[in-house]
Amino acid sequence: MAWFKKSRKPIAPSAAEKPSRVPEGLWVKCPGCAQIIYSKELETNLNVCPKCAHHFRIGSLERLKSFFDGEWTEHFANLASTDPLQFTDTKPYRGRLESSQAATGMKDAVVVGSGRMDGLHIVIAAMEYSFIGGSMGVVVGEKITRAAELALERRVPLIVVACSGGARMMEGALSLMQMAKVSAALSRLDREGVPFISVLTDPTTGGVTASFAMLGDLNIAEPMALIGFAGPRVIEQTIRQKLPEGFQRSEFLLEHGMLDLIVDRRDLKATIGRALRFMEPRPVDQGRSAGPSGHARPS
Amino acid sequence: MPPDTLEFEEPIAVLLKEVEALSMMESTPERIREIAALNRRVESIRGDLYARLTPWQRVLVARHPARPSVLDYVNRLFTEFTEIYGDRRFADDHAIVTGMARYKDQPVLVVGHHKGGRDTKQKIFRNFGYARPEGYRKALRAMRLAEKFRRPIIAFIDTPAAYPGVESEERGISEAIALNLREMFALEVPILVVVHGEGGSGGALGIAIGDRILMHEFAIYSVIPPEGCAAILWRDSNRKVEASEALKLTAPDLMAVGIIDEIVPEPIGGAHTNLDAAASLLDTALDRALRTVSAVPADERLDARYRKFRAMGSVGIIEQGA
Repeated sequence: MAWFKKSRKPIAPSAAEKPSRVPEGLWVKCPGCAQIIYSKELETNLNVCPKCAHHFRIGSLERLKSFFDGEWTEHFANLASTDPLQFTDTKPYRGRLESSQAATGMKDAVVVGSGRMDGLHIVIAAMEYSFIGGSMGVVVGEKITRAAELALERRVPLIVVACSGGARMMEGALSLMQMAKVSAALSRLDREGVPFISVLTDPTTGGVTASFAMLGDLNIAEPMALIGFAGPRVIEQTIRQKLPEGFQRSEFLLEHGMLDLIVDRRDLKATIGRALRFMEPRPVDQGRSAGPSGHARPS
Repeated sequence: MPPDTLEFEEPIAVLLKEVEALSMMESTPERIREIAALNRRVESIRGDLYARLTPWQRVLVARHPARPSVLDYVNRLFTEFTEIYGDRRFADDHAIVTGMARYKDQPVLVVGHHKGGRDTKQKIFRNFGYARPEGYRKALRAMRLAEKFRRPIIAFIDTPAAYPGVESEERGISEAIALNLREMFALEVPILVVVHGEGGSGGALGIAIGDRILMHEFAIYSVIPPEGCAAILWRDSNRKVEASEALKLTAPDLMAVGIIDEIVPEPIGGAHTNLDAAASLLDTALDRALRTVSAVPADERLDARYRKFRAMGSVGIIEQGA
């Protein structure tokens, strides 16, 4: 029994007090600098804040458009998961799949396309974070593997844009094995001297980082992206300490020698273009034997 | 409860306690008979229990502190084991053991996680089997040695996970595992993988690419520990039992989807109840597998290894109309 009677109602959050975004979608508040940005302006700036260069997360299709010069072809778009483990947690995985498919219009968390970038033929796979956290299950593994095989067959560079929380738990060890499968395909590209550029965006963690994302001839990150193996919360539980500011951000990884470079999204295409010209096959030097492409390592 | 029994083995624990009490007393023919009868009951109950272990019970058996380690198997099945240390870059990681040895009088390279067994000092020394980047780099360096001198590699898998700590991230745990995945597909020598304890996600996979994947009857292999899965999907780590069922992490489950090639039987009650018997059962499987993969020419073997992993997950994919 309280000594004093509460005469007023406790302060309750009212439904009307949600962060105001009025009118819907016309203006966006930048989480980096808290400035208000006109959303059209943000769009034309590749979703990078024109004031503080904060990189907003972008979808896989927008990503592909930002790389290709013009027309491009999508591949393997019809592959979908069968829910091989019949997995159910608080709700069935099948239901999660269906709602993600309905929300994104995609069958799973990656889009593969081929076309020209800076005039060069390339194959790109871009992951979709809004599809179950961009997690890698059997379909994502298969599509990236096929993308690598397509790049090898055409002998054109492969670019994979990672944006993923890691392996997809609801497909169990099958999703774990996708790390091995994709790495196997990349092993072949490596041996044959076909370029592979890994682009790491916010976030790239878990089994995706510990497989293809770290296997690029170049590993390029966008600024301030969260990149790591274990999630920050797991690490905090292990060491029972708060993690330092900036831990597992792109800049931290670069400082520790784990990235080749950090590139602003607006310069990404041009930078990769230059790198690919460096990697272009060239005639074999006279008097020196080499593998099929002139770049293959002696076996 | 006797230290070696698990929570679900309580009926056994009760009987073992009785046996212990009886053995403390003066030995009479009647007591000896009684002890023998109790032991038979223990065996029969154990047989019943282990004939139908639930996934969660398998998790407990796979994590048993007395579960044989890579060195327990090496000491029983291999000769002339010479451990080598260090990644020649930063440090020696005690959570991964590697070295040269002879198996059936043939030189081989052994590599495997080590959790430290039941001794607390050893556990700490081995970091409970949580390997850091150095461990994976040491393993790769040793495997390249095997490649150079054309010796088969035998990898023993038993780890909760790669170490989730600050230094792991700083020194590139992701890169270390990723590189092993890629490079193990390029090693021309035969590679056998034995998942004999806990196959803990990427930390396990980082040395688990091979031509034949053997898995012990009560071992587990998973993308995430059941506790972690429960914490994320159920938002309650106490739902680990349900998570262990949903994850399909047992040997028969993995056999069914083509992730492993063969199940290595264990003594009734688990490998820890009889190390010699467990070693001998592994010996049979290992010998046969090594002969099989060694008989294949290197290029065919590499191709088969690629195709084996290439096919993983195909069971879960369909082509849908656009």
